[in-house]
Amino acid sequence: MNSTYLAIPLVCLAASIVAGLFGKVIGRRGAHTITIAGVAVALALSVWVYADVRSGNTANVTVYTWGISGGIPFQIGFLIDQLSATMMVIVTFVSLMVHVYTIGYMAEDPGYQRFFCYISLFTFSMLMLVMSNNFLQLFFGWEAVGLMSYLLIGFWFERETAIFANMKAFLVNRIGDFGFLLGIAAVLYLFGSLDYTAVFNSAESARDATVMSPFGEWHWLTVICLLLFVGAMGKSAQVPLHVWLPDSMEGPTPISALIHAATMVTAGIFMVARMSPIFEFSETALSVVLIIGATTAIFMALVGLVQNDIKRVVAYSTLSQLGYMTAALGASAYEIAIFHLGTHAFFKALLFLAAGSVIISLHHEQDMRKMGGLRTIMPVTYLTCLIGSLALAGIPPFAGFFSKDAIIEAIRHSEAVGAHYAYYAVLAGVFVTAFYSFRLLFMTFHGKNHSKRSLKRHLQESPGVVTTPLVCLAVPSVIAGFWFFGAVLNGEFFGSSIFVLDQHDVTRELAAGYQGKTGIDLVFSAILHGVVTPPFWLAVTGIFLAWYCYCKNTELPGKIARTFLPLYRILDNKYGFDILYQSVFARATVLLGRGLYKNADAGLIDGFLINGTANGIAAFSTILRQVQTGFTYHYAFAMIIGLFMLILFFVWL
Amino acid sequence: MDSNLLSLLIWSPVIAGILVLATGGDERAGIARKLALGFSVAIFLLSIPLYTGFDTMTPDMQFTEHYPWISAFSIHYALGVDGISMPLILLTTLLTVVVVIAGWQVITDRVAQYMAAFLIMEGIMIGVFASLDAVLFYVFWEAMLIPMFLVIGIWGGPNRIYATIKFFLYTLLGSLLMLVAILYLYNASGGSFSILDYHALPIGLQPQILVFLAFFCAFAVKVPMFPVHTWLPDAHVEAPTGGSVILAAIMLKMGGYGFLRFSLPVTPDASHELAGFVIALSLIAVVYIALVALVQQDMKKLIAYSSISHMGFVTLGLFVFNAQGAEGAMMQMISHGFISGALFLCVGVLYDRMHSRLIESYGGIATPMPVFAAFMVLFAMANSGLPGTSGFVGEFLVILGAFQANPWFAILAALTLVFGAAYTLWMIKRVVYGKVASNAVAALDDLNGREILMLSILAGMVLLVGIWPNPFLEVMHASIDNLVQHVEVSKCPVICR
Repeated sequence: MNSTYLAIPLVCLAASIVAGLFGKVIGRRGAHTITIAGVAVALALSVWVYADVRSGNTANVTVYTWGISGGIPFQIGFLIDQLSATMMVIVTFVSLMVHVYTIGYMAEDPGYQRFFCYISLFTFSMLMLVMSNNFLQLFFGWEAVGLMSYLLIGFWFERETAIFANMKAFLVNRIGDFGFLLGIAAVLYLFGSLDYTAVFNSAESARDATVMSPFGEWHWLTVICLLLFVGAMGKSAQVPLHVWLPDSMEGPTPISALIHAATMVTAGIFMVARMSPIFEFSETALSVVLIIGATTAIFMALVGLVQNDIKRVVAYSTLSQLGYMTAALGASAYEIAIFHLGTHAFFKALLFLAAGSVIISLHHEQDMRKMGGLRTIMPVTYLTCLIGSLALAGIPPFAGFFSKDAIIEAIRHSEAVGAHYAYYAVLAGVFVTAFYSFRLLFMTFHGKNHSKRSLKRHLQESPGVVTTPLVCLAVPSVIAGFWFFGAVLNGEFFGSSIFVLDQHDVTRELAAGYQGKTGIDLVFSAILHGVVTPPFWLAVTGIFLAWYCYCKNTELPGKIARTFLPLYRILDNKYGFDILYQSVFARATVLLGRGLYKNADAGLIDGFLINGTANGIAAFSTILRQVQTGFTYHYAFAMIIGLFMLILFFVWL
Repeated sequence: MDSNLLSLLIWSPVIAGILVLATGGDERAGIARKLALGFSVAIFLLSIPLYTGFDTMTPDMQFTEHYPWISAFSIHYALGVDGISMPLILLTTLLTVVVVIAGWQVITDRVAQYMAAFLIMEGIMIGVFASLDAVLFYVFWEAMLIPMFLVIGIWGGPNRIYATIKFFLYTLLGSLLMLVAILYLYNASGGSFSILDYHALPIGLQPQILVFLAFFCAFAVKVPMFPVHTWLPDAHVEAPTGGSVILAAIMLKMGGYGFLRFSLPVTPDASHELAGFVIALSLIAVVYIALVALVQQDMKKLIAYSSISHMGFVTLGLFVFNAQGAEGAMMQMISHGFISGALFLCVGVLYDRMHSRLIESYGGIATPMPVFAAFMVLFAMANSGLPGTSGFVGEFLVILGAFQANPWFAILAALTLVFGAAYTLWMIKRVVYGKVASNAVAALDDLNGREILMLSILAGMVLLVGIWPNPFLEVMHASIDNLVQHVEVSKCPVICR
């Protein structure tokens, strides 16, 4: 079995190396064949491992010793349990879909082989991240997916916007990693190990350990959780480290689907769920997680309302949905957060790929104002996009309904500090989500076609390699919700891989509401319960208003924007984060560097101290040299003076 | 005394250098190049038994040689290596091969002399790492300056005279104080120049501090530490590519090695007493120098400042007094040898084609030079400390070690995650990516086989150390553990800490 675990990431790595190094030899066909075969094998094995885990065979294996220092071994190894197996299936499934889709999307790109090399390498990194059994390897995967994201956002490296976006993404993530690495250092300091099992087993006994800081006395566990969460905020794009994700849309669309929606950005969510045995012992950290998540959920959704770039709407929707997951984590509903991670991976990848399908058919036009009326021309794309939007808006029985409803209910049951605020935030978010997702649908597929005349004649449905992944993703976007709802709720889905204290266990409280119901019965009562609670009606209202504004009375949105101009400006400027970071922080850093270089390094040290010493000696010698005139009588005079002084000296003595 | 391997490693490069020199003028440059390559590869192969035959279980000196040299002053020709010096010797022999390859076509003027200078320098540098006698160490230490002085002075850039004099005076001033310290120790130990005797020598706190400061001047200049670092950017800018590689990859390590061989074990109490001072300077290097690196216009200067910032991790790791810190410092030294060497080679590749080191002359070279771009991005990522590359190992261990000592040290040091990535990737953005900046850039040829070879050697090492550092860590455990324990025991005759 161990070799199976090892094979899953390694087939992706091997395929990537072949496509990368021998891309010219094997050609385009060779590159996509080998990488798709690699990911397909990884998916098949992951499903097998998943089935094995569900039948009770979890594993914790060491692959090799990375290094030993100070008597502490740092190892590379796999922890295969319900949580990691679920993630493995999600990652490899979406990755496979994206690989196939890429054949169509990148068909004319000169960097075809390089692209397949990168996405396979990304899949490898992501698998190493989720399969890890220790913090070191987690950090490896964490940074490796960041690197792949950097390379893929900047895939079209001649575009100035793309290479700005990828540097920004990497640096903002690095700010998160700054906290993450310190969190890992703190874990090692407190627990003397970086192995998950060892750390989790002693977490409870460390709950009273405190540290003094200039900001008062803190629990070590709180410090650790907050530092680790800073990392999650970077990777999972939570406010205020969210700024890189919308810009990452400069990358090719398959990447937006795979990395910036379905998998990499969920690494932070996964990590916190993985660390549940630590987070559970810090109420403070959980509240911070809850509040940040809820804030992201509502405020990023609002920005989604005013975007006109089709990919950016989906990007802000991703930010908002990541906020939902984070909020669920903060409410100790880790299972539900991962449940939403899974359903979201399917329907969000679907939405991105559908957007991509529209974009290629319009020859890389991304502005929704130049779209419209595409539903008859692109029926498959339209239908799958509709399914994705219904799932995103949380309409039963689509997947998003079950997971999102569960999150809202969980937060309602939570007693954490800030849970009230979070509840209303995520509730309001439902309305906004439904509105912007159907705004996208109506603007793109309904109404009149606004594209250029020259383009109109060539409009057609995308080829089979593009639509097949859409259909394949549409299936789980419909069924993944009710299929797994029962198992997630009653705890059998994640088993012991997630740890929740009894007093925090909101998932169990939710399950208690469906006491005695199983299977189809449970699903029906969940739907019945859903349609009488506010979220459903908020979503329906959102959809209706979107229809009214963008199909019925298309003048209205412009009027609203003009009426509430200041508000619109705030949203259009995305609350000013970019301005603050780029014009203030980044510029100040460069100015500081320039000042230090000019004044301290070149000025004070080199100019004054080093060259100053040299010049000083030279100047002193110049003066001293005046004495050496070369005239005998000058020297004789000096001798007499000297003699006189000596005599005087002895006489006085 | 069962082996003469170390002597062989010291003197065969010197003899090889003389033989290469004997080929004479540039009309026989081809022979000189081939001879130099043959010798450097042979010497590298010769140095491998040092690793394979190394006993990882003992902190004692191995491959020792001991002969009287100047008996009147009990000066000995004493050689030996432990887990600290052995990896650095291997680093030296490997990098010399790379440097010979790097100078293959680029140096067309006085080829034999150029190659000979690097071979002779190799022998001398191995001598520094292998000496167990303080006078022998001092002789090698100073001798090392001469070939480097010539390399920069003869094959250097337009402002080379200023740079060489600055380099020479800076380092000489530091090392003269070291000589004073050695003479003090000679008297204090009752007439011994054996470095290992100094390790066991009890000294009071006051003299320890003075000895420490004297050594500190020599080593801090070499590392270089803030604020005595300003010779390095100038020396790098003016040095030919090969000179920059050896300077960054090996010579800077002399400083770190000096701390490990002299400062910490000879004056442990003073080291503890002044640790705060050294750590403060190290953290300034990490943060302040990174900010200075950010605004450099000249790629070589940028990498030089980046070197200083990275070397801050070495001194930080050494003065937190735990195994992770010290091993992290060692790994940082080894890794920095590969990464900074590789980055200087990359700049050299561009300079050979465009005759400019300025960032603004470039832009979009990924289009004409995709293979080069791949290497450059790899080394840039390694320089930013990406896990899976060697750059991560040292920084990671030092941050772990520093956190044990004081979390605030770790917090400041970890800022390199952001700043290091910022200056490196900003350079990459402006040089490698973007639209092709000019016709000259568009016409650039991608790497040739020779250039791919030299960069592949270093890329392989960067990845190997990053993915599996254990073989490198393993050899240093015994020596580092022993050192860390040694430093914890006070040497003062009366209680002083």
